[in-house]
Amino acid sequence: MFDPYKVREDFPILKRKINNHPLIYFDNAATSQKPRQVIEALKDFYERRNANVHRAVHTLSLEATELYEEAHEEAAKFIGAESIEEIVFVRGTTEAINLVAYSWGLHNLKPGDEVLVTLMEHHSNIVPWEILSRIKGFRVKYADINPDGTLDYEALKGMLTSKVKLVCITHVSNVTGVINDVKWVAELAHEKGALVLVDGAQSVPHMSVDVQDVDCDFLAFSGHKMLGPTGIGVLYAKKEILEKMEPFHGGGEMIKEVSFNPETRTCTISWNTLPWKFEAGTPDIGGAVGLKAAIEYLSALGMENVKAHECNLTDYALKRLKECSKVIVYGPKDAKQKCGIIPFNVEGFNSHDVALILDSYGIMIRSGFHCAQPLHQKFKIPSSARASFYIYNTREEIDRFIEALKEIEESL
Amino acid sequence: MNAKPNLEEYIARIEEACGEEKDIIIHLKYEKKDEAINKILKRAKIEKTVAGIIFDLAYKGLSIRLYSTGKAIIKKAKDKNQARSILAELLL
Repeated sequence: MFDPYKVREDFPILKRKINNHPLIYFDNAATSQKPRQVIEALKDFYERRNANVHRAVHTLSLEATELYEEAHEEAAKFIGAESIEEIVFVRGTTEAINLVAYSWGLHNLKPGDEVLVTLMEHHSNIVPWEILSRIKGFRVKYADINPDGTLDYEALKGMLTSKVKLVCITHVSNVTGVINDVKWVAELAHEKGALVLVDGAQSVPHMSVDVQDVDCDFLAFSGHKMLGPTGIGVLYAKKEILEKMEPFHGGGEMIKEVSFNPETRTCTISWNTLPWKFEAGTPDIGGAVGLKAAIEYLSALGMENVKAHECNLTDYALKRLKECSKVIVYGPKDAKQKCGIIPFNVEGFNSHDVALILDSYGIMIRSGFHCAQPLHQKFKIPSSARASFYIYNTREEIDRFIEALKEIEESL
Repeated sequence: MNAKPNLEEYIARIEEACGEEKDIIIHLKYEKKDEAINKILKRAKIEKTVAGIIFDLAYKGLSIRLYSTGKAIIKKAKDKNQARSILAELLL
């Protein structure tokens, strides 16, 4: 049985006090806290196993290489990828999307083509395509959302013409927590001959995601949002697509051979096998070890339990927020439609005020655009406060959050 | 000879908040926050106090919300430079 109080014992930071109050960490959509199992894995790696990976013969390198490759295997298993050839380690979701933009988009998109994104995307799934469109001359189109923050599927369907070569869609909105039916989108996109990139930054840490079931062509996610260290993330891509893609960065590790011809004075270069072809330079080996520990931790909890716990917390928070007459909640009010993210504002305060006041109660939330300015423009709001939950949050913490919000309201 | 105090003695960070409001967030240095808060309260006009932990202030046409935790928001400041000038007047 899932027990958040038992889970909390694994997170040393949750014992902290901030501004003389016990820490309540509700900024999980930005980054998650780390269990001691992840911290210990990192410590053990650097204390006992640190070496560079691949192409060395000594024992330490062999051990580090095995750990690094096991991390790929764990990530592949976690999302249902066929093999580690489909798992490229990157710095995070942003780098994964940029990798697709420059390794696939740069060579496959041309004037007349279209990339379809949605208005609820994080800037990381907008800006790389806007930058590349200026280089390659294709068009970026934006599928609209409904007033409640859900995707307008009919509008998206109408925009998905044969000109669209790639659909970029977030699985879960980082602002509203809305879960998109990416499987439906992938099926529709494939019918039109387009590929599908799913931003899984807010879904993979919080629910079971199976790339075979979704049938997406690319899936990007970050380690630090799922209990892992910062600086490590994953790009999943179908093997046949990765095989045809050009490398992103050049350098060590991604090379099979660099052969100099003294007659022509040129180099002939061949790439390493997958996934190493896309992992230039010394990778974040420690980060990979930490990510592996994080995935093992989440797998042991069970992703269905993780999702159920967050859904339960979200449902409770949405119900209790109704007691706050000056709080405006954005997005769907049905917890089943979303992950544990609640955007809101308090009448009479801007979002930064709310975040700073809650900070004085030891409650950490985020304020601003959350790197999703177009979505805020759609909602016609200057910014929002955002509370986001994870496995270690409890109903008691939500009670304290509500009481603090009531005190803010009373101060008006 | 005493060195002239500078802003860095009191300020840990100045951040431009994201959002249309264009607020500037000030983080006072923890060990100097009480001294800094007292200086600011003496020089700016106190418009409203909430439970002794939040102070709504006015200074040269700008609204400032100061928190006893050592943080402040300067509302609608043009940029960080203007915020620094205001803080210099209030703190030095």
